[in-house]
Amino acid sequence: MLIRHAKPSDVASHEITPRDVYLRRRDMIASTGLIAGSMALGWGGDANAALYQGPGVHTPLTNVVEGYRKLGEKDPVTPYEAASSYNNFYEFGTGKEDPAENSGPFKPRPWTVTVDGLCANGGVFDLDDFLKPHQLEERIYRLRCVEAWSMVIPWIGISLADVVNRFEPSGSAKYIQFETVERPEEMNGQRSRFILPWPYVEGLRLDEAMNPLAILAVGMYGEVLPNQNGAPLRLMVPWKYGFKNIKSIVRISFVEQRPKNTWAVVTPSEYGFYANVNPKVDHPRWSQRSERRIGDFLRRETLMFNGYEEEVSSLYADMNLKTNF
Amino acid sequence: MDDRGQMNTAADTNIETGRRAVPWARRLLKPIVFVTCCLPLAWIAFRAVGGQLGANPIEAVTRGFGDWALRMLLIALTVTPLRLVTGWTEIGRVRRMVGLFAFFYVCLHAMAYIGLDQFFDWPAIWRDIVKRLYITIGMAGVVTLIPLAATSTSAMVKRLGAKRWRRLHRFVYLAAILGVVHYFFMIKAGYQLPALHAAALVVLLGFRAVKKWP
Repeated sequence: MLIRHAKPSDVASHEITPRDVYLRRRDMIASTGLIAGSMALGWGGDANAALYQGPGVHTPLTNVVEGYRKLGEKDPVTPYEAASSYNNFYEFGTGKEDPAENSGPFKPRPWTVTVDGLCANGGVFDLDDFLKPHQLEERIYRLRCVEAWSMVIPWIGISLADVVNRFEPSGSAKYIQFETVERPEEMNGQRSRFILPWPYVEGLRLDEAMNPLAILAVGMYGEVLPNQNGAPLRLMVPWKYGFKNIKSIVRISFVEQRPKNTWAVVTPSEYGFYANVNPKVDHPRWSQRSERRIGDFLRRETLMFNGYEEEVSSLYADMNLKTNF
Repeated sequence: MDDRGQMNTAADTNIETGRRAVPWARRLLKPIVFVTCCLPLAWIAFRAVGGQLGANPIEAVTRGFGDWALRMLLIALTVTPLRLVTGWTEIGRVRRMVGLFAFFYVCLHAMAYIGLDQFFDWPAIWRDIVKRLYITIGMAGVVTLIPLAATSTSAMVKRLGAKRWRRLHRFVYLAAILGVVHYFFMIKAGYQLPALHAAALVVLLGFRAVKKWP
């Protein structure tokens, strides 16, 4: 049964989930024992108003305000259990369950973040000092993996634009580059050279990083990030395929040359620098026209820029998105 | 079929052999292999019913069947070398059964892709087959196995004649190669597992090349 929406601002027009599934979403979430409280919808702006709660296993985050949460009605939040057990984080193994199984020994604290390159205020920061000047916000975003599955996740993070402004990149800085921690003793996948060249590297054009949707996440479902989800600091740019969202970041560099992001280095024919969600540009392995929302049986059509066209399409106005995939 | 082009299975129905006191081990061989070959399906079905297939059960089912399709195919190809190396002739009697189980898991794998993953979206399936090399190769493997499964009965061996039947069934080597290549091409990174399967296949095919044995 499909219900069509006409509102152009609504993410919903293509994503029709049967209404009964939508109505059952709270039961589905509650039945996994994940959400104790209720979901208060709407725009509040109150501190401590993180709406979604995790299993109470990880440290809860406080002083969080409500941020962006524009979702269609077929976008119920994915159960915490799924979001924390089905992960691509090759540092802990290539299987989807590997990160949750293998990331136990990983220590996300203490943590330092190095900010360097073409900027005025770089340095080495303890994570708390790195985060201190910024407001934590809960943002609920769709996450679309290049493997054609997707989730809806309530992240808690800080605006990447604020971070960029704080470190005052120079005029010659054109890109921002991120690097994942390299700790083979704690990350079993990094002990193999046959998986990926370590450390994992990702990057954004500086104007992409300045887009209000881009955040650095430190939590999800009201708590700090589980190790398998990229603790303690990860990127979240919801209009791009999941692999852009680099996890466990230890270095942020402002650079002039386009960063050589890991997947584009390993398989340049399949993964580009931009990796914008685009149902019209095919991947040799997976059709990008449709996706399976985790928890759904039927596939749904994939939206241009993962449904964030209004917010980000101006970034790519003059670009050929077929060649700049 | 042994190296004289004779069906081992013919021995099963041999009245003379049947009249002899059959050792328990021999009588139980086929039932044991049959039940063992059903275990992967039972395990996947058990976890599916119990909701234990993780966040993406459709992917888990499809990959689980695919894994076992390839493993069964390699196990089927192991029967003859095992028999020749160990001299355990009895084992040859289960080759057809294991081969048919391989085809069974191949069918389950293809059906999971068509019926669960794509939910019978034929245009999308066709686009996948045409555009995505690993699916093209996988489907070629399925098609290669169909005539082999269809001619697996003793009656078909008789009808074709042992020589022609044997020649036809050499296509199982092609199907196994297609299966391993399909596995390689669907993986993004971290090729240890497909490499392991490829190595097993190289050994199994190498054995036959060295033995100059079909």
